[in-house]
Amino acid sequence: MKRLRLASPAQPYAWLADRGVLLHVGVLVALFLAQLALSDYAILSLARVMVLAVYAVGYNILFGYAGLLSLGHAMLFAAGLYGAGLSAAHLGLGAPAAFLAGIAAGFVVAAAFGLIALRTSGVAFMIVTLMFAQAGYLTSLYFADYTRGDEGFVLKGEIRRAVLPGGLSFDLANPVVRYNLALSLLAVCLIGCLALVRSPIGRVLVAIRENEDRTRMLGYDTEANKLLAFVISGTIAAASGAAYALLFAYVGATFASIQYSILPLLWVLLGGAGTVLGPLVGTLLMFYLVDVTSGHTSAYMLVVGVALLVLVVWFPKGLLGTLRERVAPWLP
Amino acid sequence: MDFGPHLFLAVLEGTVTAAVLALTALGLSLVFGVMRVVNVAHGEFFMLGAVLAWWFASLVSGSPALGFLLALALSPLVVGAVALLCERTVLRRVNYDPEATIVATIGLLYIVQQLALTFYGPDARPVPAPVSFRIQFPWFGYSGYKLVVIAASAALIFAAWLVLTRTRLGLVMRATQYDRETAQAFGIPVDRVYAMVFAIGAMLAAVAAVLIVPIQQAHYLMGHDPLLLSFIVVIIGGLGSIPGTVAAAVVVGLSDGIVSVFFSPTLAKILATLLVALVLVVRPQGLFGGAPR
Repeated sequence: MKRLRLASPAQPYAWLADRGVLLHVGVLVALFLAQLALSDYAILSLARVMVLAVYAVGYNILFGYAGLLSLGHAMLFAAGLYGAGLSAAHLGLGAPAAFLAGIAAGFVVAAAFGLIALRTSGVAFMIVTLMFAQAGYLTSLYFADYTRGDEGFVLKGEIRRAVLPGGLSFDLANPVVRYNLALSLLAVCLIGCLALVRSPIGRVLVAIRENEDRTRMLGYDTEANKLLAFVISGTIAAASGAAYALLFAYVGATFASIQYSILPLLWVLLGGAGTVLGPLVGTLLMFYLVDVTSGHTSAYMLVVGVALLVLVVWFPKGLLGTLRERVAPWLP
Repeated sequence: MDFGPHLFLAVLEGTVTAAVLALTALGLSLVFGVMRVVNVAHGEFFMLGAVLAWWFASLVSGSPALGFLLALALSPLVVGAVALLCERTVLRRVNYDPEATIVATIGLLYIVQQLALTFYGPDARPVPAPVSFRIQFPWFGYSGYKLVVIAASAALIFAAWLVLTRTRLGLVMRATQYDRETAQAFGIPVDRVYAMVFAIGAMLAAVAAVLIVPIQQAHYLMGHDPLLLSFIVVIIGGLGSIPGTVAAAVVVGLSDGIVSVFFSPTLAKILATLLVALVLVVRPQGLFGGAPR
């Protein structure tokens, strides 16, 4: 595979003058400071939003950058969720080991799923991913002896305390601890995503999105790059699922259902596909939109549906995508 | 019951499933074939048909047959009008882009489902069958209405086939399916054909729902299974191929009926979905479809 040459920075601290990097660091610092001003309830819901935003960041790598619309990411989220939850509940792994088990499960499932699904493209790809995710959901119902199906199971006892090899220990029931763990995961994924999309691989993915045939003609191995995007995206989704299971102590089949494949698509579309911060913005807005409307009406599905229609018809580029187009072309 | 009669019962149940499925899938297949878009809200049009059928039937007290006939006449019309509205206000605006259409129809799915939940409620409600005779086989009695469903579906599919192959309307639709630009160049109002096809597709789903609702109660979540099964049928039958769709509906409906009688329905569904995904991977044009143009 040919590679673009990385422009090496002239000075080691050149990134300090980079508006893109500064913006992301600024957002993360703002999120860190937010916990000082918020109530316990608000901290917990924001922690939930950040874990789900990690899922959206993973989804965005595949959909926003590589241009592959998957309708089956719930299977990867659930692979992490069950990988962590089941190994903690049945194998007695501690929280850090269970988290790694969840990520490993997601990696394996994403690699196998990607190898098969990427043989198709376009509408067929969407339907194949939808079908696989449906099969995954039904599988989680079928093994109800372990997963307890729709009802799900709750993690409790020792697993609520994470003990790291150095003897450091965290209380996972404490909202502030949960908030900072979620923020750390988000920070790693967000900065990783920024690095990825600015790397040669990220450029090739965008090239594949814009014109796959031409990219292949230029000598890039599009199949390998698409698989790479799929596996990275799936592993991040699984990391989010594993974190969700461990931080919020609940594992259920709902997270494997079609709804959880649609939600990251909605969040990414709302925030702006193909922007690094878009998934976070979209998740944040959608979560509080549903939160506020469900205080007034139970019709939250109506909100989701109308949001999807409005986005598709009037703002196909999402909030940050529109912003980048009109105001800030430097937005990564 | 012995194995033989048991199998016979499974085949009968499977045929009822297949008949209704063929009608529903025909609608999905028609929309995909002519417009090249995947309508994820198809199952919701099915559900809407069933819910409206309950409403129309409940307007008429007295004879159940009259209420059912009213539902059969009016419910598809209303669903067709709703589909027409969706097509004009949403699908046309996104220019039938395949990916945008999928996202938009997912949005429609949520909206229709929520409206049904809000106005119809979470209960499952039955519609009385218009006929109530039973057919007595040597081993078991069987509802005569289910046989009526099979006959009615077969008649409707035959009618749809006649319209498509023997009328001017069908010719226009097939021309649009074959080559949109050339059709337009020959003065076919492609835009209006699209609107009509989308409405007809939804109406087929609604008719199927009205037929099934005396057997299976109307419920706001009932659209999921028909959508999934229709996808399976349309994919196996070849996206956009109508004889293939009907053949695949018979295969899927029968095997679903038989497998569910003898094995765990969840396992049957897992295997069916995986099988379909693999069919799509290996033969994207479907088992019965011709080579892609």
